[in-house]
Amino acid sequence: MMRLPDFRYYAPQTLQEAANILADQGPTASLIAGGTDLLPKMKRRQQEPETLIALNNIRQLKEIGNGPGLRLGAGVTLSDIVADQRLEEDHRALWQAASQVATPQLRNTATLGGNLCVDTRCTYHDQSFEWRKAIDFCIKQDGETCWAAPTSDRCWAVSSTDSAPALIALGAEVRLVAASGERTVPLEALYRDDGALYLTRQPEEILAEVILPSNAKWRSTYWKLRRRGACDFPILSVAAALRSDAGGTVREARLVLGAISSSPVLCNDVAALLIGNRLSDDLIEEAARLAGASARPKENTDAPAYWRRRMAVPMVTWALKELRGDDMCDERRRLAGQAASMSHEPQSSQTTNEENPK
Amino acid sequence: MSKRDKFRVVGKPRARIDGLSKTTGQTRFADDITLPRMLHCKLLRSHVPHAEILDLDVSRAEAMAGVHLILTGEDFPVTYGILPVSQDERALCKNKVRFVGDPVAAVIAVDEDTAERAARSIDVRYRPLTTVSDPVKALSQDAARLHDYGEEGNIHRRLAYSFGDVDESLADSAHVFEDVFFYQGNTHLALEQHAAVAAADPEGRVTLWSSTQCPHYVHRALSKALELPTTQIRVIACPNGGGFGGKTDVFNHEIVVTKAALRCGRPVKICLTREEVFYCHRGRHPVLMKIRTGVSADGKLTGMHLQTLLDGGAYGSYGVASTFYTGALQPVTYHLPRYRFDACRVFTNKPPCGPKRGHGTPQPRFGQEIQLDKIAEKLNKDPAELRLDIVEQPDTLTANYLKIGTIGLAECIKRVVARSKWQDKHRKLPFGRGVGIACGAYLSGAGHAIYWNKMPHSGVQLKLDRSGSVTVFCGSTDIGQGSNDVLAVIVAEVLGICPDNVRTVTGDTALTPVDLGSYSSRVTLMTGNAAIQAAERARDLLAKAVAEQLEVPGETLLFADGCVFDPADPDSGVSFEQAVVAAESRFGTLGTVGSYAPPRPEARFKGGGVGPSPAYSYSAAVVDVEVDPETGMIIVNRVYIAHDIGRALNPVSVEGQVVGGVYMGLGEALMEEQVFRRMPPKLSDALVHRCPSMLDYKSLSSLDMPEVIVELVENPDPNGPFGAKEVGQGPLLPIMPAVANAVYDAVGVRIDEVPITPEKILKGLDQKARGGEGRVGPADFPDIQWPEPYFVPPPWEGGDGQSTNDPEQKRAATMHKMDRTTAS
Amino acid sequence: MNDAAGSVLQEAPEQPLLFMLNGEQQRVWVSARNTLTEVLRERLGLTGTKHGCELGECGACTVLLDGNPVLSCLLLAVECEGRSVETVEGMMQGAKLHPLQSAFAELGGTQCGYCTSGVLLTAKALLERQPAATRGQIREALSGNLCRCTGYQQIFESVEEVIRHMQGKPAEPGSAS
Repeated sequence: MMRLPDFRYYAPQTLQEAANILADQGPTASLIAGGTDLLPKMKRRQQEPETLIALNNIRQLKEIGNGPGLRLGAGVTLSDIVADQRLEEDHRALWQAASQVATPQLRNTATLGGNLCVDTRCTYHDQSFEWRKAIDFCIKQDGETCWAAPTSDRCWAVSSTDSAPALIALGAEVRLVAASGERTVPLEALYRDDGALYLTRQPEEILAEVILPSNAKWRSTYWKLRRRGACDFPILSVAAALRSDAGGTVREARLVLGAISSSPVLCNDVAALLIGNRLSDDLIEEAARLAGASARPKENTDAPAYWRRRMAVPMVTWALKELRGDDMCDERRRLAGQAASMSHEPQSSQTTNEENPK
Repeated sequence: MSKRDKFRVVGKPRARIDGLSKTTGQTRFADDITLPRMLHCKLLRSHVPHAEILDLDVSRAEAMAGVHLILTGEDFPVTYGILPVSQDERALCKNKVRFVGDPVAAVIAVDEDTAERAARSIDVRYRPLTTVSDPVKALSQDAARLHDYGEEGNIHRRLAYSFGDVDESLADSAHVFEDVFFYQGNTHLALEQHAAVAAADPEGRVTLWSSTQCPHYVHRALSKALELPTTQIRVIACPNGGGFGGKTDVFNHEIVVTKAALRCGRPVKICLTREEVFYCHRGRHPVLMKIRTGVSADGKLTGMHLQTLLDGGAYGSYGVASTFYTGALQPVTYHLPRYRFDACRVFTNKPPCGPKRGHGTPQPRFGQEIQLDKIAEKLNKDPAELRLDIVEQPDTLTANYLKIGTIGLAECIKRVVARSKWQDKHRKLPFGRGVGIACGAYLSGAGHAIYWNKMPHSGVQLKLDRSGSVTVFCGSTDIGQGSNDVLAVIVAEVLGICPDNVRTVTGDTALTPVDLGSYSSRVTLMTGNAAIQAAERARDLLAKAVAEQLEVPGETLLFADGCVFDPADPDSGVSFEQAVVAAESRFGTLGTVGSYAPPRPEARFKGGGVGPSPAYSYSAAVVDVEVDPETGMIIVNRVYIAHDIGRALNPVSVEGQVVGGVYMGLGEALMEEQVFRRMPPKLSDALVHRCPSMLDYKSLSSLDMPEVIVELVENPDPNGPFGAKEVGQGPLLPIMPAVANAVYDAVGVRIDEVPITPEKILKGLDQKARGGEGRVGPADFPDIQWPEPYFVPPPWEGGDGQSTNDPEQKRAATMHKMDRTTAS
Repeated sequence: MNDAAGSVLQEAPEQPLLFMLNGEQQRVWVSARNTLTEVLRERLGLTGTKHGCELGECGACTVLLDGNPVLSCLLLAVECEGRSVETVEGMMQGAKLHPLQSAFAELGGTQCGYCTSGVLLTAKALLERQPAATRGQIREALSGNLCRCTGYQQIFESVEEVIRHMQGKPAEPGSAS
């Protein structure tokens, strides 16, 4: 059986206490919430923190609170999000993203904070110690070469969070708490486009809370590409949020591509193109082309880069059409069985009624 | 027998006898075994693909507290291998490592952690050798030879057979179709990771509990590799948490823990990690193939020439058999007047390939069934009709001398065509929707054991006593397919009792008569026939005793519903228990045996031993797909499959096997692939498994699995127990080509390789949009220096199953002459 | 990477863990690094919980934590303090089988049996939450439990049979074949 390395274990009751322990232990400590990302990495000896500080006993991290918008504790599980009707209705991109993370079992323990901080992934790195030794390691850890781009001097591991693109599109901020103080930053500022150092979070900081603005008039959506209907990390994702006026003219827009580089990519140029216009087919096509141009994936996920690059345009198109109000159920269904999780109706093609093929 | 016309157990859907122990978590798999004072074993595996071992320093590991024993290649001087012709493995590598994952040392320690830490502190110095990764290049990479046996260089085995003059047939044919296909390798991915526990007793005997499909073969291999008499060894096959062929070989870890238990005097356990299971592999060979087929103007096949190149990985394993199987079964589905096949297996620095569900046959089946689709299109025929016109006839001897008994293929085709409304769909659905049809055939057990002998393939002992309880002893191994239930059903049917009253003791070389193992779909037919024989012998004893008691002739007695009675006077009968008491009183302690050996094959040529089987199963499938031209995504809406089972002993289990086969076939068609990463050679020699994990090796989740409509065609085969044929492997075969044909029907793109992925669809569509043919697949088949083929005239050309030229003999004579020349 | 010669941390001391296991108070000494899978199988001898990857990728080790399916291979045992864990061994009520256990045996929902414990517990949690779950919801709920034998179909049918039974409807004719 694959087993964990040894570590010291703390389970503080308050955020302050956790922050103090973290400050005390320094960078050899890791925070653990659901553990669904960290523990496999520890078993594969990709990470060997000397100390784990468990956040699960901190009640305030588990709260979903009202405010001007909504405040989500970082310790809220993804299942909590999926079960929350307000999120399902008002912050649909987040709800759709959370619904599609991994598997139901993992969503029951994985937390929002954990998903926002999920380690960047790469098929040259998410392997056992022995495997990585066989390729002489890589630049993300213990090695010099980025095998996904051997001539490059940086790590190209892929941002693999589903919730971050959705929350960035929704204009979320995150509150980071340290023993010495706290700060609140726009979520996009949490990320850096470097697979090895992908977060701007300081070692002594704890991601405590996600703050969603009041998005009463916004519509949002999240589209995920993966090989199967479950289990898999995204290999490309599109999150989009819009506010349109009564006449259908876009007043505000945010579009984010996920799982295409080492951080979520906020496409401001696409937003600028949309704002002030109605979502015509032509505009959507142009926006998709523009967004697609920024998709330059490397050959380091579980699906070929060719496919991921090709899929950016149709997925952006579908996301925008869905926000326009088009019925995109069929596209969702064809995209690795998404409808089952995205709509309330069971998939017609998967019912037992044989004579009703879709 | 007329009495059996109405079955009481056979054919009734019921819970298999071990069902509840599984749903209550009580089934004990190998890793569930814990013994007092048990030690734990970890293997240190090579991290280089091909190298000489210069030095192996275990001193740091040895010094660690808790380490009991370290074994290296020096401790295993004798090589072994599952096939007598490929004795090329060592439990631990001695001088050379041949792939990343090849084990070089074993640590036995108080716990798994200590063993693992110690293993990591063993220092090995390697001298790298040239990495052989590409099977086509391997044909000429003579310098970087993996083994010093085989044909030459890295060519493990080459075969060539000609059943009639195919070139002549093709020259005379109205059409000749030539296609090249590639079938990517994939692995079993049984959910249970291989585990083994060994314990020695004070007398120096040793017992191995293992997740193996073939305890008998493990028994023999342990004896050889450890130089121990077989009488000192007992192998117990635990219920397997899935096998699919992945646990049919003898594994190095089994030999290592057995040796370690003997050396330590304490039990030793190993459970592999998932990554290590990927390195055990023995899965589907990647096969490149070329098929040239002659077709008459009216769509009949005139002859076929098949060539295959198998990427064997680093060791022989079952590879020679796999190589034969890429050619052996083509003629059992459709009538082929003449047939030639050439096959070649090469060694590369990857985990060894071997048998996976369908063993060697899914690859050429994939090619042939797509080619038939192309033929139908060219001839403007319906692909289902085309197949119906050429299905082989029952009671036939094929061009390569395989004796076919029953064949329900035509019925299978008709059923899926009707059920799927094929006529309304094929070439009629809108762009993006399509249906495809394909067929397949498989063995119900190989005609020969892997080692030549004249003994039974399967033995059953039956014990009955005055309690009325019946116990079946059989060497077969339940790998989840339900083989224990098969024994219970059959014995219960014959003795007229409830299957739940039959206990089974299986897979234990010390307690159970030999059964060769759970492979080649042999278990139902072979253990079933042995069980019938044993049960009938027991029934005869009981009938005799009861007849005397009731004063009626024994032949008239009926065994049913737990009673033995004269149907003319049912009220006068006795209970089964009373019948056993009568028999035990009359004859003493009761026990009967049964055994089964397959009929002698008709083939008389060398190599004709691969392919014969007592019965062949047949399947046909229609797959209904949607293909999104924008994303390349393939959505399988529904699979219709008909399987010629002969007779379904327990329809619940049969249907489970059919749907399970479809599931695995869809995985192979759409996403499963055991592929490797060759790092840029300028920077690294590394050759690593690309995705040795459950997450990255893609298999269908519950959301990806379409509905499967199953039709069972029951056409009892005289060689099968109550007419039953196999179901474990056959239903997988038509799935991959049916998907490929459905994709073509949907979007007009030919994907001549698996897996059929979205990016390949998009590439095909792009190509088509640019005016190309819209095909993704291999461009050509390499030139291989084939040996002179064995020429065997087909039965209808006056052949008698013998080769009219024996190239082997000729070659031996030449060699002999050369030797003499050199010597002089 | 710490190896034998490197600075392996001193094995952390074991601590007592008190939790509800299959309805009974359970006390066991564990180290912080022990996962619940290890504790169940190796300390408590409850080998009904299986493991197929230990990395959260297959679902074989699923148990119920406070009624919710979670992966015991990615759960530190210490996190179970004061909580309630249910394993396959706890599904029977005394000598009475849970309806899912009999349905899976009857209808082929189990073949090799290795994924079965995890599937059963996941299905049990589903039925408690959605007693009238549709085929689509069953698919969704079981999407984290890989099964290599059945192709899932007889698993779905087994769950549906229990749903019908709970709703007092007769068994689907031919549902067993």
